[in-house]
Amino acid sequence: MKLLNQSLKYLSVSLLFVVSLWAFVFYFNILNEIKESMDEGLENYKRQILYKVQADTSILHQNNFEEGFFAIQPVARAAALSAKDRYTDTMLYMQDADDETPELEPVRMLSTVFEHQDRYYRLDIINSMVEEDDLVKELFREALWLYLVLVAGLILINRYVLQRLWRPFYSLLDQLKGFRLGSNQALPVVATDTKEFSDLQQAVRALLQHSTETYEQQKEFIGNAAHELQTPLAVATNKLELMLEKGNFEAAQAEGIGSVMQIIERMVRLNKSLLLLTRIESKQFLNEELVPVHLLVRQSVSDLEEMAAFRQVSMTLSASATLFATMDNALATIIVSNLVRNALFHNIPSGTVQISISGHTLTIRNSGHHEALDREKIFSRFYKPGARQSGTGLGLAIVKAICELYGFSVSYDFAGGLHCFVVDFQTHR
Amino acid sequence: MKILIIEDEDALRETLAASLAQEHFVIETAADFHTAREKIGVYDYDCILLDIMLPGGNGLALLAELKQSDKAENVIIISAKDSLDDKLKGLELGADDYLTKPFHIAELNARVKAVLRRKKLDGKNRIEVANMLLDIGERLLFINGEQVPLNRKEFDVLNYFLLNRNRLVTKTALAEHVWGDDIDQADNFDFIYYQIKNLRKKLQTADLSIEAVYGIGYKLVEK
Repeated sequence: MKLLNQSLKYLSVSLLFVVSLWAFVFYFNILNEIKESMDEGLENYKRQILYKVQADTSILHQNNFEEGFFAIQPVARAAALSAKDRYTDTMLYMQDADDETPELEPVRMLSTVFEHQDRYYRLDIINSMVEEDDLVKELFREALWLYLVLVAGLILINRYVLQRLWRPFYSLLDQLKGFRLGSNQALPVVATDTKEFSDLQQAVRALLQHSTETYEQQKEFIGNAAHELQTPLAVATNKLELMLEKGNFEAAQAEGIGSVMQIIERMVRLNKSLLLLTRIESKQFLNEELVPVHLLVRQSVSDLEEMAAFRQVSMTLSASATLFATMDNALATIIVSNLVRNALFHNIPSGTVQISISGHTLTIRNSGHHEALDREKIFSRFYKPGARQSGTGLGLAIVKAICELYGFSVSYDFAGGLHCFVVDFQTHR
Repeated sequence: MKILIIEDEDALRETLAASLAQEHFVIETAADFHTAREKIGVYDYDCILLDIMLPGGNGLALLAELKQSDKAENVIIISAKDSLDDKLKGLELGADDYLTKPFHIAELNARVKAVLRRKKLDGKNRIEVANMLLDIGERLLFINGEQVPLNRKEFDVLNYFLLNRNRLVTKTALAEHVWGDDIDQADNFDFIYYQIKNLRKKLQTADLSIEAVYGIGYKLVEK
């Protein structure tokens, strides 16, 4: 859930509570206010009635509410003396304009006593009051409206104001998503006055800078290490070769030297592969040209024809179309030759290698080990399934690195007993 | 034949010198930029092996000087840097070849011989040894004047052996030269053996033979 919606969710829930509480408090306040103002009105009536009584005693006989809003009844002196002004809420049968029959309606009543010509009377004055359930209903409706308007307002604010406020954040996020270590991209940058965002940006930039430096250093280190090894390896190889030429060895001794040479040879190949990987990753191949991949495949197949015949592996090439890729020619050759050699060398006697080209893809299927290889690991460095010792374990890692350099995709699959590698020479970036 | 080896790594320089001395070349060596520059200024060499990274200066600068005096075509660059830039620059400056360290002695031998051979080319590019004639341009083999058919790889193998006559050619050096360098050696020794066996059959009437050396490599010798 997006942060904006998240905040909307929490705000609307808490607003619901706030508005309800407000409605509750407001209801009692307004009710009190109404009563107070009514009570003042009743007090006022009381005075007017007492004043009238002086002039017109006939109203002393109005002892029920049928003719007006007050009733006067004589009371005993003792009761009168102990009585005080009393305001009460009560119900009376009344007939409003909209009622067909009299109904019980809430009224506010002031009960008081007064003395007139040594006699005591009780005076009840009523005033029709607002119906509480009406009030509640009305208030509920208003509160609901208030709530809806508030939420609508929030959504609008979210959409326009907050989204605007968060824009630098999303922009930074987008740039981070597209950021790859070692790709020589500019560090993410957003223009913002918000302190949090500029802090975030600084922290992110510092982190990326550090990571990039570390990455570069490591890459350089691997490159330098491999590079520095070249000369000692050259000396070792050549000295042994000279030694074998000159020396008068017994077969066993010569065999020993031979196996040392093979080990050095392995180191040389490993070293060359590491150097190649470093150079691919540091983008030292920038001679992009339109490479006829189908011709490279044909060349590779014909180069390995005799080898395939010797290993009793049948190689077939079905190229229905031409396949051109925009890339470095040397790297294209490496992709093709690594995959074709791979298919041939990791094969079984009387096995097959089927190569096909169609559209943008090169597909190479080969028989071999009867189980699928680990799809996750097959392209990682130094992955050697089984007990194979001779390979460098870098051939497919190099293919993968080249594909990543150009945004091509390379995938592995195992179907029908055949290992299948597919390279899509279309740039997916 | 006079060859100058410009290489700062002592052990490598001595090994290269020892190996080339077996071919009866006159070898001179230089361990740094200034020595090399002096020698180049004073003498003419039939072939110069030039390391690019030298104490005192860049080998490419030496190459540029050689180019000015039209002597660059005898240069084989030997560098630990397998960098396309350097390679292109070197070849642009007129170097004949570019060899990345580490390399096999047989490979260096072949390249040096190729430079010398080109230099002496008198219109025909062919090697005549004993009763055998190899036409490099036409890629044809004649034994006693009769053509013997060779497939492409067999021709390459034989040519390589002829460039390294009487020298040990290890199986790995052969595999790298003929089948490309990222071949897994253990997988291919059987294949090389098989190829050599076929080649030997075709050379039956020649006064040359390919001898196995300790099971590590082969040597082409005159019978």
